[in-house]
Amino acid sequence: MTDDIRALTTRLADEPGSLAFLELAEALRRRGQLEAAHKVARGGLARYPGLADAHDLMARVLSDQGDLAGAFDAWASALQLDPMRVSALKGIGFLYFRAGESAAALDHLQRALDVDPDDVSIRQAIGRIAADSIAPSEPARMDAALPEAASPPPAVSPPPVMSSRPAATGPFAGVEGGETGLLLVDANGLRLGGELAATDGAEAGDRVAAQLAGVSREAARATRLLGLGSWHAIAVECPDGHLVLAQSTADTVLLASRDPSVPMGRVGLLAERAARAARTWLETQA
Amino acid sequence: MSPTQVALDRVTRVPGVRGALVVSASDGLVVAEQLMDGVDGQAAAALTGSLVGRLGRTAESAGLRPPAFVHLRGEAGSVLAAPGPDDLVLVAVVGPDANLGLARLEMIEAAGRLA
Repeated sequence: MTDDIRALTTRLADEPGSLAFLELAEALRRRGQLEAAHKVARGGLARYPGLADAHDLMARVLSDQGDLAGAFDAWASALQLDPMRVSALKGIGFLYFRAGESAAALDHLQRALDVDPDDVSIRQAIGRIAADSIAPSEPARMDAALPEAASPPPAVSPPPVMSSRPAATGPFAGVEGGETGLLLVDANGLRLGGELAATDGAEAGDRVAAQLAGVSREAARATRLLGLGSWHAIAVECPDGHLVLAQSTADTVLLASRDPSVPMGRVGLLAERAARAARTWLETQA
Repeated sequence: MSPTQVALDRVTRVPGVRGALVVSASDGLVVAEQLMDGVDGQAAAALTGSLVGRLGRTAESAGLRPPAFVHLRGEAGSVLAAPGPDDLVLVAVVGPDANLGLARLEMIEAAGRLA
């Protein structure tokens, strides 16, 4: 055991409620002691479930352990708590790249670059992926874009959450998982695109759209009167489903629906992507 | 101390929470509140009650059970709502740096004990 790990272990034992677990788990991860790092990170996360750093740390450990789906979930949770978190955007971008989803990888890396324009590694990774998309004969390398000190996981299969599905058409073309569970609704509660099935399998899109008439105005009024600025999203957690509403344009709202096994953070990311795709689609329809 | 006061105490102890209130969902009236200066309790009650009701109907239309937690995210903070029994909703107004994970856990737990 090195001195720094010994010192951090002692500190954490003396102050179990401190944030020393972040440094300790990271030090263990860097030394390749992944089981120990995972245990420390898990304990810290249980104590600080609302701390983006803890989710980020867990994602790095899981990524090193080859649990890509777990790493994706952890980075998605970090982003839910801190949407501008560059390391999580880079991590998810890397995972999408590993899954062969170049568009989604570029989307996340571009968002990371928007937050930190001085990060040369992000710019290089974007360039490599873009070049690879044009000439796909040689796989691009983007290890440099990984979150600090993270090494590429050994597994080569994509996380199950990113498995291929039939391509969506209409507002959500190109959005992974966009063929169902996404609705685009206008200010009057009319469905502009997308499909939504109720839990019994029946089509529920029009009924749900009707309930959403004016919801954007109502949310905007609530956040404005409470001094919270403009509204960005509404997450609705039901026992049997997760819903996220996002503003696509001033007059339209996007609803993403997934079963409760999908973490809310990931539904939020899906809603953001779908809202952007819908915005582009609406511009072409004008 | 009443269950309502206990609930408000628990939620307002979470870092970043600017205030909490218990709202009657159907009429949007304040039942009890613990708010920092500058937070309009009446507005929070009326608007959140209405929004939670609408989102409940939306969930029902999708064949889902009523929401256990709602998070309205704004650019400078959030409104959190956890429906409880007897048409009551526990609402919190939080700043952008609030511990949302902890607030969510406390609110779901506390809302279940409202009466």
